[in-house]
Amino acid sequence: MDASRCILTREMETIPNLTDIDIYIQHGGYQTVEKALKMMKPEEVVKAVTDSGLKGRGGAGFPTGRKWSLLANRFPRYLCCNADESEPASFKDRKLLEGNPHRVIEGMILTSYANGINLGYIYIRGEFFQIIEQMDRAFAQAYERGYLGKNILGTGFDLDLYTHPGAGAYICGEETGLIESLEGNRPYPRLKPPYFPAAIGLWQAPTIVNNVETMADVALVVEHGADWFKGFGTEDSTGSRLFGLCGHVKKPGLYELESTITLRSLIYDVGGGVRGDKKLKAVIPGGISAPVLTPDELDVTMEFGEMAKAGTMGGTGGVVVMDETVCMVDALLNISMFARHESCGQCTPCREGMPWINDMLRRIEQGHGRQEDIDLLLDVCFNIEGRTVCVFGQAPGVWPTRSFIVKYLPEFQAHIEQHKCVVLPVEESYLRKENVEMLGVGVFRAKNS
Amino acid sequence: MEPQSPPLVRLTIDDQPVAVPADTTIWEAARGMGIHIPVLCHHPKLRPVAVCRVCAVDVEKSRVMPAACIRQVEEGIVVRTDTDRVRRARKTLVELLLAEHPTPCAKHARSHDCELELLGEQLDITSPRFSIRPSSFVLRPFPPDPSSAVIAVDLNACILCDRCIRACDEVQVNEVIGRAEKGHRAHIVFDDGKPMGESTCVSCGECQAYCPTGALIDKPLMQVKAPSTVQTVDSVCPYCGVGCGVTYHVHDNTIVQVTGRTDGHTEGRLCVKGRYGFDYSHHPQRLTVPLIRKDEAYPKQPLSADFTDYKEFRDSLRSPEWNERIRETFREATWDEALDLSARRLMDIKTRFGSGALAGFGSAKVTNEEAYLFQKLIRTVFGTNNVDHCTRLCHASSVAALMETIGSGAVSNIFQEALDADVLLVIGSNANENHPVAATYFKQAAKRGVTLIVMDPRRPPLANQATHYVRFKPGTDVALLNGLMHVILRDGLHDDAFVRERTENFEALREMVQQYPPDVVEKITGVPREMIERIAFAYGRAERAMIFWGMGISQHTTGTDNARCLISLCLLTGNIGRRGTGLHPLRGQNNVQGASDVGLIPFALPGYQRVDDLAVRTKFERAWGVPLDPRPGLTVVEIMHAALHGDIKGMLMMGENPFLSDPNMNKVRKALQALDFLVVQDIFLTETAEFADVILPASTAAEKEGTYVNTNRMVQLGRKAVDPPGQARIDGDILIDLANRMMEIEAGVRGQGSGVRKWEYRTSRDVWDEIVPLTPLFDGITYDEMARRTVIWPHDEQIIFTQTFPRGRGKFVPAEFAPANELPDAEYPFVLNTGRVLQHWHTGTMTRRTKALDEIAPEPFVEVAPDDLTRLGVRDGDWVTVASRRGVITLRTKASTKVSPGSVFIPFHFKEAAVNLLTNDALDPYGKIPEFKFCAVRVEKAR
Repeated sequence: MDASRCILTREMETIPNLTDIDIYIQHGGYQTVEKALKMMKPEEVVKAVTDSGLKGRGGAGFPTGRKWSLLANRFPRYLCCNADESEPASFKDRKLLEGNPHRVIEGMILTSYANGINLGYIYIRGEFFQIIEQMDRAFAQAYERGYLGKNILGTGFDLDLYTHPGAGAYICGEETGLIESLEGNRPYPRLKPPYFPAAIGLWQAPTIVNNVETMADVALVVEHGADWFKGFGTEDSTGSRLFGLCGHVKKPGLYELESTITLRSLIYDVGGGVRGDKKLKAVIPGGISAPVLTPDELDVTMEFGEMAKAGTMGGTGGVVVMDETVCMVDALLNISMFARHESCGQCTPCREGMPWINDMLRRIEQGHGRQEDIDLLLDVCFNIEGRTVCVFGQAPGVWPTRSFIVKYLPEFQAHIEQHKCVVLPVEESYLRKENVEMLGVGVFRAKNS
Repeated sequence: MEPQSPPLVRLTIDDQPVAVPADTTIWEAARGMGIHIPVLCHHPKLRPVAVCRVCAVDVEKSRVMPAACIRQVEEGIVVRTDTDRVRRARKTLVELLLAEHPTPCAKHARSHDCELELLGEQLDITSPRFSIRPSSFVLRPFPPDPSSAVIAVDLNACILCDRCIRACDEVQVNEVIGRAEKGHRAHIVFDDGKPMGESTCVSCGECQAYCPTGALIDKPLMQVKAPSTVQTVDSVCPYCGVGCGVTYHVHDNTIVQVTGRTDGHTEGRLCVKGRYGFDYSHHPQRLTVPLIRKDEAYPKQPLSADFTDYKEFRDSLRSPEWNERIRETFREATWDEALDLSARRLMDIKTRFGSGALAGFGSAKVTNEEAYLFQKLIRTVFGTNNVDHCTRLCHASSVAALMETIGSGAVSNIFQEALDADVLLVIGSNANENHPVAATYFKQAAKRGVTLIVMDPRRPPLANQATHYVRFKPGTDVALLNGLMHVILRDGLHDDAFVRERTENFEALREMVQQYPPDVVEKITGVPREMIERIAFAYGRAERAMIFWGMGISQHTTGTDNARCLISLCLLTGNIGRRGTGLHPLRGQNNVQGASDVGLIPFALPGYQRVDDLAVRTKFERAWGVPLDPRPGLTVVEIMHAALHGDIKGMLMMGENPFLSDPNMNKVRKALQALDFLVVQDIFLTETAEFADVILPASTAAEKEGTYVNTNRMVQLGRKAVDPPGQARIDGDILIDLANRMMEIEAGVRGQGSGVRKWEYRTSRDVWDEIVPLTPLFDGITYDEMARRTVIWPHDEQIIFTQTFPRGRGKFVPAEFAPANELPDAEYPFVLNTGRVLQHWHTGTMTRRTKALDEIAPEPFVEVAPDDLTRLGVRDGDWVTVASRRGVITLRTKASTKVSPGSVFIPFHFKEAAVNLLTNDALDPYGKIPEFKFCAVRVEKAR
């Protein structure tokens, strides 16, 4: 790892007390804001971000510049910075906010300036109460220095930013759920169409919802220019990314890397390999919503596009490593427990489906599974995907379930046939990629079964 | 110019091309083609929310399967509603829902109409694949919640379609039901998780009307055997002036359920009384045989009025037997005997003391036809204009003011136009409880952004939705309204052109309100001057503003002045004659408008044609064949006074209970005792009937056909659902028989023999056909038309006074502030306000004999401000005595911030603590309405 390429984290790793605005300013902080507000037109900021190829870091990887360009031509408009980080295995936004809050504030100011926004919120997961306090202090300092409030730096641009504590549910991080929560309602996601935040968002106004890391990247893009930013990463995935490496690796932690790195290199070179030098059994590459990858599938780079080609997703960059001791049924049971617990319950397929997925997995894990349960599980998955109000049903629900079952079918079948928990040797536990064929939606057939 | 039709969108559904307007949903488009896409959460009358996902359909080239109920059509899309994919998804969903649905649920068991189970049957789901549940932490089964008096809650049958939530939030706007918890644990809750019966639920039943399953269903109020032979009869609600359309569900001559008529003007909405207050018709205490007072039961004494034991009294309401003393007092008689006796005695009084010694109280609860026959009986057979009814006690002052200033007592616009207004001013009206369904429109309007101004000394629930709530000192309405007009004139917010072209006497008004600048008004009313200005600006600047008022305005000795001020405010700003504007005094009784329309008032013949007008009288004399008394008769309270003084000796009382409803009850009791002869026709043995010489058993609204006029001037046809019990007869038939017998006697006395013009009406339609030619305002209205739709008089004009007023120009009648008749002092320091509660109707004759309403609101109470309770040294729920110069009652306190400190409130339904023992019978000089809303009382801890 080349420290000079850690554009997001270098400062917070090397400069003490960077959370203090004076220290931050001493090291060049807020100059970008001053430069942009005084010397750039809002369109120029938008163009820089569009040109940089920056993709949103919240999970879906939607190009940030495109997102902004979709804003309805109405005012007022609002900004919501999504800091409701609750995807299991993800802890990047938390580190960023803890270490460098003013960088995020700069990004929020620039985003607001670029899009004609005068009021913004940062919606922070409620459990991060220390971060909320620190963010409040950071906002207060920014107001004192004149970077927030009325007539910022004499430019005539007004901006108020507020923190908003999260309401304690995973669904609050879904962008329209977040908006409902901000409005004081239950965080039930809204229907899209018509409630795309860019068209009808917070208080029915056009709204940008961007991730914390995205905001920090915006500040970098405006500070150094789009070309500089594109000098990092690849054409598909520009800039650097934060990866949270966890599970059975020797050196878990948060790493800032470029997406050129392969998953194998991330685990073995950066993470030092599997703990206890055991065999690797499975990897979830982008937060638990991302479909699982088998040991056969590690030579894929971390680019958004490559991940998609491999049938999974870059997601939030939370990488979960599982070694040979892991029971895949048990692991999925754990994930489904989360999905069951965090389903908001608004619409039927997810509310009624998740508990059954969870219950059937428990049944299989405890040795009471039936042959038909596999089909039933996949049928419930089929019934959720594309049928729900939001994507939650498929993200931590359908995608892990289907990928675990399809790829690790032998282990699931062993559970059912032997009426007990069976951990197969790694090589026998999963199906070779070429042997898995998806027919229709949800109906699958494995060639060697 | 031709109205532009909206652009059409072309699409294909199940291979059939169709073109529909752009804002149509796929579901609606399919339905229009006869393709029914199954839904559970969607209801055509509710906002789509797309949470059940049962209606998901295939749209070519779409990544997802959109919910048809909410997805709008797009040009060129190809929709399939019955592919394998769609059917598979639908089936799995229904299976999942059925997995934990009790089968059959209560609804399916009762009437085989649980929408989920029907869908399951339709999809042929016999053995659900989701049957074995290993989970150790399921929430179900939920314990049943039997706490509501009217609705059985079984959350196990709930499928979280949110229909009840939308019905409660968006239709009735009570905002009681919500969701709690998340994911699979999600369930509906009342308030913050209370049992339904302990929540703020007002039991309107709208939620259960929309519930697709047995999660929320009506508790059975009447026991019947099999439901297979239920018949439905469309009719009109018998309670308030809103006049909601109801459907009676009848089994075996018994009403088993009432539902709202979606084709009615209130779109199927009902309140707790209309939906659950029907079983009084079948109460065992119904009068079924004519009764005659026994000889030994003279002199007359009240039989039940001195109940002090609350429990004993309530038990007596429920008991199938009348209490012993009543049976000792009256004996059963035949109809012939009872009618003959009545006719003879009444005619005897007429002969000996003249027509002026007779009087009649009709009722605003009977049909137009019966009210018409009643006043015709009094006018042509009794020979007097001493005929009145309880309109005198509600809007007499409003009508007096309206007649004087505009020339018509009717509302100018219908209450549904609240949704079209910019500003609503609701003053002296607790609409949520007294006109609950009209209030839903006000609440909806407020929710949609209409500025709602609520002004009332006692904070009504409607204030919760109000933009501005103004609490002013009781009895200072005139000052407050003059203050508003002062600001409007001061700041030039009045409508100059309207004042110039359509009004008169403006200068007098200007001079009067000149004396009411905000700082003066603040001193009188206690309302801060800034608030006075804010309200004046809101009303004065509105493009369309509408005024609603109730008894809080009219039941004062200054009632007419109060109404004059409201009318002036309206005229001053030109807020009349257009949609979403106007004056709407909310009528109380279901047929108070109609009863007045057909002449059940002492100064006017049908159609408000004055008795002292020779031409009018001539017309009616020709039609009725008898000479008419040219002098206007006495009003309700005046008749009681005259009875007390012996000037009125004989009375016929149809469906009125003045003993409880009139002010100063002790005086009323003496008056009733003083009557030589009293005939009461009613459905129960009311407190008034206890003083009767003859009691004639009559019928309820559900037992007869006839028409009613609601507060909107809508003439609606009520239909017969069940037969009257025993020998009870419908009121109109009783009147016809009584009239004919009296006329025969009179003819005999005069020796005219067979020269009598006998009353021959076979049906209520015959009567209506006689009324219409005599009553121009009903011009063109026929039974056939009313059977088809809601008709508004005159001539279906929803908005009247558009070009001119009946009297020509609208007249400003300035009013000067005058304090109430009896102000509090050291001895009687509190101001007493009276009124109603949601669950009860007037003297409780009907509602206290319905299971549900009695269960929800069993007892009288006095609302006292918490600070006053502390000062008095009593706690919430303690027994207190409330005394005025006229009487004393004992009841429990209810701590409430609705009343302001120094004021108390008592509902008048409860005989065991009859508040009209306390009220003041001082009258408004114009409307002759008593001051129910203001008298001085003392509150003390009961010993």
